[in-house]
Amino acid sequence: MGSRASTLLRDEEIEEIKKETGFSHSQITRLYSRFTSLDKGENGTLCREDFQRIPELAINPLGDRIINAFFPEGEDQVNFRGFMRTLAHFRPIDDPEKNKDPNVSEPLNSRNNKLLFAFRLYDLDKDDKISRDELLQVLRMMVGVNISDDQLGSIADRTIQEADQDGDSSISFTEFIKVLEKVDVEQKMSIRFLH
Amino acid sequence: MEDFGNIVCSAFIVWLTLVVGLIVLPAMFGISLGITEVYMKVLVKTLEWATLRIQRGSKEQQKPTTLVSNGIILRDDGSMEKEITDLRKGRSKPQINGEFELSDIFYFSKKGFESIVEDEVTHRFTSEELVSWNLLTRSNNNFQYISLRISIIWVLGVCIRYCILLPLRVTLATIGLSWLVIGASLVGLLPNSRVKNWLSELVHLMCYRICARGLSATICYHNKENRPMKGGICVANHTSPIDIVILANDGCYAMVGQVHGGLLGIIQRAIVKACPHVWFERSEMKDRSLVTKRLRNHVADKTKLPILIFPEGTCVNNTSVMMFKKGSFEIGGTIYPVAIKYDPRFGDAFWNSAKYNMVSYLIRMMTSWAIVCDVWYLPSMIRQEEESAVQFANRVKAAIARQGGLVDLSWDGGLKRAKVKDTYKEEQQKSYSKMIVGDDSS
Repeated sequence: MGSRASTLLRDEEIEEIKKETGFSHSQITRLYSRFTSLDKGENGTLCREDFQRIPELAINPLGDRIINAFFPEGEDQVNFRGFMRTLAHFRPIDDPEKNKDPNVSEPLNSRNNKLLFAFRLYDLDKDDKISRDELLQVLRMMVGVNISDDQLGSIADRTIQEADQDGDSSISFTEFIKVLEKVDVEQKMSIRFLH
Repeated sequence: MEDFGNIVCSAFIVWLTLVVGLIVLPAMFGISLGITEVYMKVLVKTLEWATLRIQRGSKEQQKPTTLVSNGIILRDDGSMEKEITDLRKGRSKPQINGEFELSDIFYFSKKGFESIVEDEVTHRFTSEELVSWNLLTRSNNNFQYISLRISIIWVLGVCIRYCILLPLRVTLATIGLSWLVIGASLVGLLPNSRVKNWLSELVHLMCYRICARGLSATICYHNKENRPMKGGICVANHTSPIDIVILANDGCYAMVGQVHGGLLGIIQRAIVKACPHVWFERSEMKDRSLVTKRLRNHVADKTKLPILIFPEGTCVNNTSVMMFKKGSFEIGGTIYPVAIKYDPRFGDAFWNSAKYNMVSYLIRMMTSWAIVCDVWYLPSMIRQEEESAVQFANRVKAAIARQGGLVDLSWDGGLKRAKVKDTYKEEQQKSYSKMIVGDDSS
């Protein structure tokens, strides 16, 4: 018998996830279906291998970084709540008129949080700065063996030079935001969910 | 006690006679008594009624209906170059071709997340989700309790399927296969002649017809004028071992495959006596040139039956056609493409070999409602002069996918078990590198 996807997820859990992430009821059920289909071990959590089994993700140059984003510090398993919390960053930005509740903290998919998510893809050691080395690491992942170390180094230097305003030879989050202020983050860091 | 034993015996004999008389004999001669048609009519009516009830039931309960036929997300289909250039439009600086931007990472992360939410490949290796429940226990994934009447029908269905249909079908399959082994061995005793070939074809056809009745198979053949001819190669999309029964009901093919032990081995050894099939030892399969040579020899002999090959190399779930291995397309000869599409409402034909072994799969097949499928014979194709084997394979695959209404994928069916090759990632890295160093590649 197949797993009864929608019945394993209790209504209270769905409500909690809805509040935390902003996904709709049907989106949460569909994503739970997806979560269980990826969970080959059928133990309610995903490990890194479960993600790597997706061919399109395995061939993505930044695949490993993206997978890492799901796993909190030092852990090897992610449950459905954690899965949804990370996915929520890619929800399209809500209409600002809708959410007038001042008690609700900034939603996970705000422009700021999306940029922070992208920043953390670079900033591996989480010191709130993108150093030259960290930038080089990401560059190397994206270009593979096709560019020499020297050339890559100069690309990294140039990028830091353009972005760096306080002269510390690294890119802070504020500087990151400044560089990307004209980019349509709303569209480029959002996935269009149906219904 | 003895009387009881006698009664059981005579009941069994009566039942067996009925089965043979009403099903086996007509099947052998290709005649239909209309029993299957009546059964199918009743079945369709019941399923339609059940669908309406379920739809009404879920409206009343106000549970949001999850649409499974659509995807979860809508993807942009732009190329890497287009998407990244779009991203860079926001820059205030004039765009110099060949530069890195911090925003480039957005492209890869978005693609990555899209593939986590929904990808084209992983769900091809599990059974297709149904739009509406078809009253089979096994497809009850997202459907909750609706009403008492539906549950009663379901219980009735379970009883009918397991207590009436299953024994009937097992009997038919046994009769069919035994007849194949015995008949083929008998025919094999004859010296090679036209009569032998004719008899061998007859024996094969009879057996497969009985087996098809054993699965309550309703097959609709389209475009019979394109049927594979002798000395050709028939290629089809692969969903399950039953594909062979489906195709062989309408024509005779030479099978290709590995030598097995056990029951399958007995069948293999028997039928090769009647007409030439191509069986390989496990060790021989590794030698590509040997395989190609033997197949080429077979195809060159115009008196031999057309070979049946499934170029995907593995079973996929009948919603898509995956990469065709080029080996079959290097042999030469005329290719006769065939598209097979099963109707998922009546039974799930897909063999998920990771989850079920052959025996449990066959039991699942025999306890489904029925197997309903369409078979389209496509016009024959020959490899063109300038075409490589891979291009030819893709051309044939596209034609089959188009006809069967299946998604044409270039992903390898072997991804069911194996990891994806690194070459694809390297291709992406190469394209991206070109973007950031500009046109002069160093």
